[in-house]
Amino acid sequence: MELQDKLVSSFMAFEDHLEDASPIHDVRNQAIKLFEQEGFPTKKDEAWKYTSLKSVLKHDYSLFPKQETSIEYKDIKKYLIHDIDSYKIIFVDGKYSSYLSETTHDGIDVCLMSAALAKPKYRLVIENYFNKAATKDSLSSLNTAFSSEGAYIHISKNKLVEKPIQIVHFSTGNEAALMLQPRNLIVVDENSHVQIIERHQSLTNNPVLTNSVTEIFANKRAIVDYYKIQNDNQNASLIDNTFIKQKQESHASVHTFSFGGKLTRNNLNFYQNGERMDSTLKGITIIGDKQHVDHNTLVHHIEPNCESHQDYKGIFGDSATGVFNGKVVVEKEAQKTNAYQSNNNILVSDKATINSKPQLEIFADDVKCSHGCTIGQLDESAMFYMRSRGIPEKEARALLMYAFSNNVLESVKIPEIKQRITKLIANKLGVDIGFDL
Amino acid sequence: MLKIKNLHASVEDKGILRGINLEVNPGEIHAIMGPNGSGKSTLASVIAGKEEYEVTEGEIIFEGEDINELDAEERAHKGVFLSFQYPVEIPGVSVTNFMKTAINETRKAKGLDDMPANEMLKMIREKSELLEIDRKFLSRSLNEGFSGGEKKRNEIFQMAMLEPKLAILDETDSGLDIDALRIVANGVNKLKTKDNAVIVITHYQRLLDYIVPDYVHVLHQGKIVKSGSKELAHELEEKGYDWVKEEVNV
Repeated sequence: MELQDKLVSSFMAFEDHLEDASPIHDVRNQAIKLFEQEGFPTKKDEAWKYTSLKSVLKHDYSLFPKQETSIEYKDIKKYLIHDIDSYKIIFVDGKYSSYLSETTHDGIDVCLMSAALAKPKYRLVIENYFNKAATKDSLSSLNTAFSSEGAYIHISKNKLVEKPIQIVHFSTGNEAALMLQPRNLIVVDENSHVQIIERHQSLTNNPVLTNSVTEIFANKRAIVDYYKIQNDNQNASLIDNTFIKQKQESHASVHTFSFGGKLTRNNLNFYQNGERMDSTLKGITIIGDKQHVDHNTLVHHIEPNCESHQDYKGIFGDSATGVFNGKVVVEKEAQKTNAYQSNNNILVSDKATINSKPQLEIFADDVKCSHGCTIGQLDESAMFYMRSRGIPEKEARALLMYAFSNNVLESVKIPEIKQRITKLIANKLGVDIGFDL
Repeated sequence: MLKIKNLHASVEDKGILRGINLEVNPGEIHAIMGPNGSGKSTLASVIAGKEEYEVTEGEIIFEGEDINELDAEERAHKGVFLSFQYPVEIPGVSVTNFMKTAINETRKAKGLDDMPANEMLKMIREKSELLEIDRKFLSRSLNEGFSGGEKKRNEIFQMAMLEPKLAILDETDSGLDIDALRIVANGVNKLKTKDNAVIVITHYQRLLDYIVPDYVHVLHQGKIVKSGSKELAHELEEKGYDWVKEEVNV
């Protein structure tokens, strides 16, 4: 059976087994209808022109793993930013692991979507926010239809959450092939600040497909810093759909570090509803083999006096392919918008490909918008310069690549994340140098 | 230390060096002079191991070993250093980090552990003082936005840090004002010992008032056409290169 049919037919059983009284009962039913009509996107869809899902949809994925698997902390420690004190919401094969997690209800809610959907005290928040930022595209709708688990984070007014929150999904390979659809809801109220780290990690070579939706609401003067670490193995694919709605004077940033995985698609959408706010979208992509990473971004400037900053760096080796499709919309009312976008790429192999497409739709007349895109190779004169100082070819190459991408790290506020990313880059480039700048 | 025998080299099938013979012993300073396009910079790059140049004939023997097949980094590990005429800007790599990496990679190649951090800092402090380099300068991106003089001082600072056996200074004087020239020359002279050697490549005699050579060679059309003492440099300064060319053609 095709995956689409399998999903649609399993929905009935899934919805039956949940309570009718669920606050999202109707939302789910509408969403599955939408997915049924639209199906998975194909290369005929403009937004999917350079990314084909064909090779990841061919597996017979288990949708609801039956068996619970426990894993030991020592086996997963290396996938966490473990040298800082943090809240942790950890899932194993889609199921919450209370043993590995550290949640809280102490003034803030850092807990589970399943709990938020079931308990009356969260009903108001769910009604106000759930599925209010996500678009009605087929993949987000598919996730909405099956929404049952994920992170639920609600930071009430005037809270500076000192510990970052780590949301990590592990798959153990207990199923021959597994599809996961985590759903995260993050609401940050007035004047509050939160930092979140998200990662998806497969622990075996069995195929895994994750279709994740994260909705983030940054209310007035809130600050949200989100870090995505994408370094999964060769048979794991990720479709990340993230929607951020910002209100006035809020700051939201998403840093995406893509170093691994079979296919990774980031649909990152910012909607600015209010004045004087700032959106930051940054990424470093370093891939090789036949890996594929696609950044599909949108910043929607709706009101005046706002800013957005986009900076994506990509390094592509072997037969890797990259896509950058960055759209900035500035509505007529959004005067005095400052929108910057840059996408710089280095191809280190003849077979590597990058498709870069900036899209600016500007309807206001008093704005500053810039975009730039470069595709190049490593500077050979710089290589000789470094080698003539005794730095071997591989290390020289790595140092140049790190230097090319490291300005993206400047805006990372957690030093341990910076260190970890630096280490991951060194690993990825196969060198043992510190890059300690 | 260095013996170059009948060296021919070309780039994209165009012959540039056409039979160079040169011997440099420990403790010596050699100046290589010549008009533009005579092959001076090519000679420097070929000794340092730039891959674009193909050695078609001859040998480069360094410390008794033919280094022609070695990569640039391997030559650096053996003690060859090239001060670039146009140092390359490398945004995102600080001077300090660049030096640390270069020194530790060289140590690694020799089977040594990384230099302890405090030792490295001490060395950086001493050598930067020698070249009158401000500490703040060391945390800036390598050569990025440096003035001509700063770039050249930085080259000699790197030389001081790496302590090569053979240093080749390619037009180190170009673009330097008199103060910078004095600082650079002073640095080179202080680093000079009886065990190391320097090849100064220059178009003008000016630098040779500060770094006094034991031998002067004139390069023309890819060959050394005249060798002499430091007096030869003065003669060239006075009369230009035409008389040498004429002498060769006769």
